[in-house]
Formats: sequence, structure tokens, C-alpha cells
Amino acid sequence: MGLTSGFEELFEDAPCGFLVTDADGAIRLANRTFLAMTGHRAEDLVGRARVQDLLPVGDRIFYETHFAPLLALQSSAREIAVDFRRAAGDRLPVLLNAVMKGDPAGPREIWICVFAATDRRSYEQELLLARQRAEHSEKEARELAGILQASFIPPGLPRVDGLDLAGIYRPAGLGDEVGGDFYDMYETHDGWALVIGDVSGKGAEAAVVTSLARYTLRAAPAREPTPSAILASLHHAVVRERTDRFVTVAYAQVSLPPGGGCLLTLSLGGHPQPVHLTGAGASRVGRPGTLLGMLRRLNLSDVTVEVRPGESVVFFTDGVIEARRDSELFGEERMERALLEARDDSASDIAGRLLQEVSAYQSGVLSDDVAIVVLKVPDEARHREGAGP
Amino acid sequence: MSVLVRNHVKVSGRPDGKPLMFAHGFGCDQNMWRLVAPAFEDAYKVVLFDYVGAGHSDLSAYDPERYSSLHGYAQDVLDICHELDLTEVSFVGHSVSSLVGVLAANAEPDRFADLVLVGPSPRYIDDEGYVGGFSAQDIEELLESLDSNYLGWSSQMAPVIMGNPERPELGEELANSFCRTDPDIAQRFARVTFLSDNRADLDQCRTRALVLQCADDVIAPEAVGRYVHTALPGSELVLMRATGHCPNLSAPEETIAAIKAFL
Repeated sequence: MGLTSGFEELFEDAPCGFLVTDADGAIRLANRTFLAMTGHRAEDLVGRARVQDLLPVGDRIFYETHFAPLLALQSSAREIAVDFRRAAGDRLPVLLNAVMKGDPAGPREIWICVFAATDRRSYEQELLLARQRAEHSEKEARELAGILQASFIPPGLPRVDGLDLAGIYRPAGLGDEVGGDFYDMYETHDGWALVIGDVSGKGAEAAVVTSLARYTLRAAPAREPTPSAILASLHHAVVRERTDRFVTVAYAQVSLPPGGGCLLTLSLGGHPQPVHLTGAGASRVGRPGTLLGMLRRLNLSDVTVEVRPGESVVFFTDGVIEARRDSELFGEERMERALLEARDDSASDIAGRLLQEVSAYQSGVLSDDVAIVVLKVPDEARHREGAGP
Repeated sequence: MSVLVRNHVKVSGRPDGKPLMFAHGFGCDQNMWRLVAPAFEDAYKVVLFDYVGAGHSDLSAYDPERYSSLHGYAQDVLDICHELDLTEVSFVGHSVSSLVGVLAANAEPDRFADLVLVGPSPRYIDDEGYVGGFSAQDIEELLESLDSNYLGWSSQMAPVIMGNPERPELGEELANSFCRTDPDIAQRFARVTFLSDNRADLDQCRTRALVLQCADDVIAPEAVGRYVHTALPGSELVLMRATGHCPNLSAPEETIAAIKAFL
């Protein structure tokens, strides 16, 4: 077997450009294909130019910082994308494969294959641009989600004399989707209202329902006499919206009798029962009621709970108890254990402790949004003892 | 995570020897020194490492804030010195690492005995009365060039390349397995390297220094080497016969001899 034509012709007219250079890039040979590709003349290159000299500045830096070290370290480099400056002044995008030949101790030379890659490179440019656009959009969507989400959570809970209040919220995963959790606390004609809720699903449609829930709940106390009636009016508002989302809410009317402590009138619309932390332990308060916005028949009730000094009530969304590790749930037992250990701390420490446990259970990445609100009646007697000199 | 793992620190040579630290520049990792460092193992405690974001460092330790200036990289050097309790350090920095060494020595002058600056440049972009060799446009082109060349990087390969330093055969299956890193980090390192201006830091440096200048170095031309030599009080300048920007790879013997003569 042999070639129809000679090896020299194979070198000169191969279907790719060939360059042979010294170890420092000085050109010793350039084949006819390379000359035709670039429009350079052999006499301008051989013995007069280095490969680097034919590259635009950015690629020249790349050559020195990447290509040359790669060749020195592994004696080969593949699929290096650079542009050659052509004699006419325009650029030819190419891919280079190269090997370093010769004994490391003696003189070495570099063999370079040059493949024109105009179409491929322009396609890659398009892909690159598309990727950059996608990254940009993703970042924007995440920012929007963050801003929208922040509007569901008050920047801070109000200061109410006789109460220690704290609320925290953490989004699921990377926080790039708007979740449905919300909470709020505001003054009403006869005291305060504390609400926490969760709209099913995520994204824009859930966000619309979350907004609806928040303003409906704010407006309703002026017309409706009881927490259960307020939740019923939210139910009807969600039904009128003709969405397939539903809402769970815990609504507490908070009053502060002159004798100290605090009374909560609590109604639950499909929402997990809050935890009442007392000296005796942890108990669940409120009577479970129906989801809002879904069922035709509503079953809601009002339960009054007395919170004495030193006691707290912890409201939370299902992201706490349904936090998932593999197929196992964080669950109510773990939650109550964490809360009992923290019950003598401040409201914000109790909330922080619970969030930390839930987060650690899932190795720091939450599978669902988590909102926690803690209402605590400070123990004045203990406070005075503690503060006295 | 220990600093030694974070920066993939390799200590060799004489345990009781004077510490000699080799730092790589932009584009590669401690492999840049593999033809040079062994020549010092008989007399020195030789310390090699990768900056966070390069080579086999722990990429998860990369903090864009910290590494948004060369001071973050200088802190890597100081962290390693603290961890190994190194004093009287001779620091050999290639390319951008030269300036990292100057920053580290300025921060803790008592810790460093000598600096060897291989192809240093305190500022790559031309300025009034200063020729760095590049325009801002050139640097944008470099960033584009990096983008085209990291197209072949895929996130599936990253754990293979980064996670198995003790199994080089995994890397060998990949073209261009040396000098690879996360493209986003490479872009950021390129920006820090080529957009920094550390000329003022040279004036503050009181550590004994050698400037090794190659011929025909497009990254750090001779005029820049002379500028560094003039700005560093009492420094020595050696003009090498080696060409290009990486004499540690292209002319290891000459590089070794120059460093030995200085130390």
C-alpha cells in the first residue's frame, strides 16, 4: 500500500493547515493549505514570524497562558479555539491541534494542525449568547421572585406592648420560585390580628392568590365579627377568583387583657395547629378546619386560648413538619422536641432554633418554603428578677 | 476545611530547610513549577500550592468577593504560611503571582526573606506615562477567547478533573487536562489579573527582590520588567535568554540557575 502521490504532496495539500514551529512558536514550515486559508505568503512567515504574531491580542494572551503551558506539560493540546489574522486583515476562526515533538533535553518542535472553523464558531457564538441570555433571564426571574416574595412578608413585625414577636421565612431550594407562604400582623378595631398561611403551588398564579389572601384578610375584620367569619370571607374570595389554588390559614385575634397575659381567638382553615408552649409542655391549639377556596361546605370554628406570662404560641407552615430527608419527614415529634428545648428563650430564638433544626435535617437545602411566627408573653416577674442588681 | 487541602498544598524537600514557596500564575496551576521545583529539594523546604479556583484546589471555597482583588490571593499565600508556620520565606511568583507575593510581603514583611518575580507586571493596561502593553479592548478579547475555549468544559467533567488528584489516569482521558478550571472562575481570575493596578504596592515593598525578565514576552514586555525593577528599591534585574512568558517551562535550567544565584 502506498500513496498515489508523495508524502510531500500530502503535507502541502492536506485538507487542513499544517505548521511546524520551534518550541517558542517561530514558524519553520507552513503548508500550502495554510497559506491558502490565511492568504499569507511563505516568505513572510518562515523564519520571520511566530504563531503568536498571527493571533489577535486576546488570543495571544491565551496562547501564552494556556496553549504554551499545555504543550510543555502534556506535549499535546487539542481543540484550541483561536482566530488567525489573515493577510487581508480579517480574521479566520480556527481550531488547533498540536503536538510537541523531540527530546525534552534537546531541541523541540511543535506540529500544529489548523482547521478552519468559521461556521462552527459562529454557531458556538450563538449558543454562547443564548446561554448568557438564559443566565441573565434566570437571574432576573430570581430577583423578581425575591421581590414578590418579600412583599408577602412584613419587613418587621409591629412592636406590641406586652408581647415578644418574631417571624422568619425561608424559601425552598435556591429561592428562584415564588412560594405561597405568607404571614402578617396588624392592628384591628378591637386589638391585633396575627395570620399565617400557605397558598398551594408556586409561581405567578400562586402569587396572585397570595396577594388576594393578604388584602382580603386585612380588610375583613372591619366587617366580620369572628376569625372564622373572616376565614369564610377569604374562602369566598378565593372561590370567586376561579383558581384551582387553595389556601390554608391560621388566623388569631389577639387581645391583651389589663391583668396581663394574652388571649388568642383562633380559627384554622386547613392549616396545621399551632403549638402552645407552657411550663407543662407542648400542646396543639385550635380546632382543625377545612381548606379555603376548595370545598363547597366550610367547617370552621373559633377557639380561645389563654397565653400566660412565660408561655408562647408557635405558628408555622407545613414546610416545617413535611420537611423531607429521603422519604422520611421531619414530623411533629421532632418539631415539638426542638420547641420544648427552646421554650425559655426569646421569640426570635425559638423561631431561629426551629428553622435551624429543619434546615439541618435537610442538609441546608429546604424542600419546601418555611414560615414560622412566634408570639410570646414575656415572663415579667422573671424579667424583673433577672434585671435587678 | 484545612488550608492545606483547600489550596492543594504539597510540601517536599528538607523538612528543616528554609522555606521556598512557588506560586503559579493565571492560566495554570502548580504544575507550572514541576521542571523547576525539584532542583531545590536538596536544600530547601519546597512548598507548592494551587490558588483557590485553580488546579486541584477546593472550588467550593471560591468566594467571588474575596478573590475580586489580588489581596484575596495574597491571603491564600499568608494562610498557607500561617498553617505551616513558615518564616523567612523565599517566595517565587510567576506572572500575576509576582504581585501577589509583593502584596503578601507588604502585609507581613517579617515573614518574607526574598521575592523572585518571574515576568511581573503591576498593570497590564496602558496608562498615562506608563506602557503595560495592552488596551482595555485587548483584555475584553482575551475574555472572549476564554469563553470559546471553555466551551468544552462541562460540569459533568468537573468532579472527574477536580476530585481525583491521586488518579491522574482519569484526567488523561480528557484533552487538555492540565490547567483546566471552572470557566466562570477563569473569567474572574482573568479580570482580576489583567485589570488590577498594583503599581503603588511596589513602592511600599521593602523585601529583597529579583526580577526575572524573558525576551519577547508579550504578556510582560521588557519595559514593564524594567519598570518593576526601578520601582522596587534595591531589586536585581536579570534579563533571560528564554523567550515567551513561561521560562519555568521553556527554560527550566536557566530559571533554576538565576533563582539559585539570587538566593
